[in-house]
Amino acid sequence: MALIRCENISIAYEGQTVVHDLSFQIGQNDYICIVGENGSGKSTLVKSLLGLKAPAKGRIELGDGLKANEIGYLPQQKDVHKDFPASVYEVVLSGRLNSRGFRPFYTAADKSKVRQNMELLGIRDLERHCFRDLSGGQKQRVLLARALCATKKLLLLDEPVTGLDPIVTQEFYQLIHQINKTSGIAVVMVSHDIEAVVEYASHVLHLQETALFFGTAKEYKASEVGKTFLGGGAHV
Amino acid sequence: MFEKLIEMFSYPFMVRAILVGVMVSLCSALLGVSLVLKRYSMIGDGLSHVGFGALAIAAAVNAAPLTFAIPIVILAAVLLLRISGNSKIKGDAAIALISTSALAIGVMVISMTTGMNTDVYNYMFGSILAMSTGDVKMSIVLSAAVLVLYILFYQKIFAITFDETFALGTGVKVNLYNTLIAVLTAVTIVLGMRMMGALLISSLIIFPALTSMRICKTFKSVIINSAVISVICLFIGITISYVWATPAGASVVVVNLGALILYTMIGVVKNRSFLSGK
Ligand SMILES: Nc1ncnc2c1ncn2[C@@H]1O[C@H](COP(=O)(O)OP(=O)(O)O)[C@@H](O)[C@H]1O
Ligand SMILES: [Mg+2]
Repeated sequence: MALIRCENISIAYEGQTVVHDLSFQIGQNDYICIVGENGSGKSTLVKSLLGLKAPAKGRIELGDGLKANEIGYLPQQKDVHKDFPASVYEVVLSGRLNSRGFRPFYTAADKSKVRQNMELLGIRDLERHCFRDLSGGQKQRVLLARALCATKKLLLLDEPVTGLDPIVTQEFYQLIHQINKTSGIAVVMVSHDIEAVVEYASHVLHLQETALFFGTAKEYKASEVGKTFLGGGAHV
Repeated sequence: MFEKLIEMFSYPFMVRAILVGVMVSLCSALLGVSLVLKRYSMIGDGLSHVGFGALAIAAAVNAAPLTFAIPIVILAAVLLLRISGNSKIKGDAAIALISTSALAIGVMVISMTTGMNTDVYNYMFGSILAMSTGDVKMSIVLSAAVLVLYILFYQKIFAITFDETFALGTGVKVNLYNTLIAVLTAVTIVLGMRMMGALLISSLIIFPALTSMRICKTFKSVIINSAVISVICLFIGITISYVWATPAGASVVVVNLGALILYTMIGVVKNRSFLSGK
């Protein structure tokens, strides 16, 4: 049984179908990259996987004991936090909320998990800094730490490296790779960076309203879709 | 000056006003941070107008003002929250519609019953004489309940204020906690509006939050600072109103404005020295 299984799902905004007849699954320990052009429905699919947007047709099933409040999420960047006063520690700690239920206060275990994840992502010394004053790369690490605090099983990352410089981007990929390998957390990442995709991912979902391709990264490289997309990318 | 203070505390109605004022300004300062950051300040303003209408009707039908107004304003709060969360309706226009309608209904009711008199003036601009001892007791119990609930749900309130999408996506009951914020805000506004006035109560929600955000950089420090600023400004405002016989609501707002200007200047100076220190 997979962590998440999508069966023939269609997703629509006000009757306008954005994704249709899509089937794929996320297994334990998978590292799935979702690629596709802008507006091809990647963020929409991620929102449906999170349960933020119910599919118009088809079913999304959670399996392997995965519960809706055990998924970590890194949203596509937006400017909402531009003037928000919050320390890095407060932001990361808020990732523990989904496991609290109605209990009002965090426990020592929550706080040690927070410190552990900050350590892992190398942001322990930023603990008291103001989130809005951080660089783009530091912010993404903080949000990744928050996402890690929210899950033991599955991370959904929506274009996590957009706007980061090449070195920071590579470091970020390494981190995610390491988390996937050592912590056994499955990763679903939306990305435009096709070279990094085929280097790190175990599976590729190429989305163009429906799945143009879903399979292992190796198969993707050999496929027609993959060749066109990879070739196109290499010549630019 | 000191004698004036002692004299002020010797009047039971002043003590009552200060007690209720402190409690309400605490509640509104805490809730205000979330409302301002979530861009919901308009809801506070809309609710105060609904509160005005409700109090006017309560007076016309001889109902107990608080017990009559609070449920109505809570209903309005939940409704306004739904409206501003719905992208299909123009949220700000709908809020303006509801609040001006409530205001108009209130004015109509008053003019048809007691006539436009000091009552209207008091509803609009507030009066510290408006509360009976029963009202005071009820106000203190309710605002204490608001404070306790805020503290119990503080972590949730932070999470849904900072990033609602993340909270929702990771399985947090965002709608429930948003409704909680709306209900607590409604109660706070009704409790505070008779002292501050319908036109000025929303300033109690907005000012302390904006002021503390000039220099504070963590959510917790913003919250604590707002609470402290709010209580101090209220106290100074009431004292001014007592000494110079100015309306309490307006005095408190003017003091809050002074605090905002002061903090803004401190913030500018701090940033400047921080930049030059680099
Ligand atoms: N909230 C929304 N309401 C209506 N249409 C939307 C909404 N969000 C996205 N869309 C539309 O859905 C399509 C897919 O968007 P999205 O999933 O964000 O694409 P991607 O992330 O692949 O760039 C786009 O055509 C976009 O205009
Ligand atoms: Mg997107």
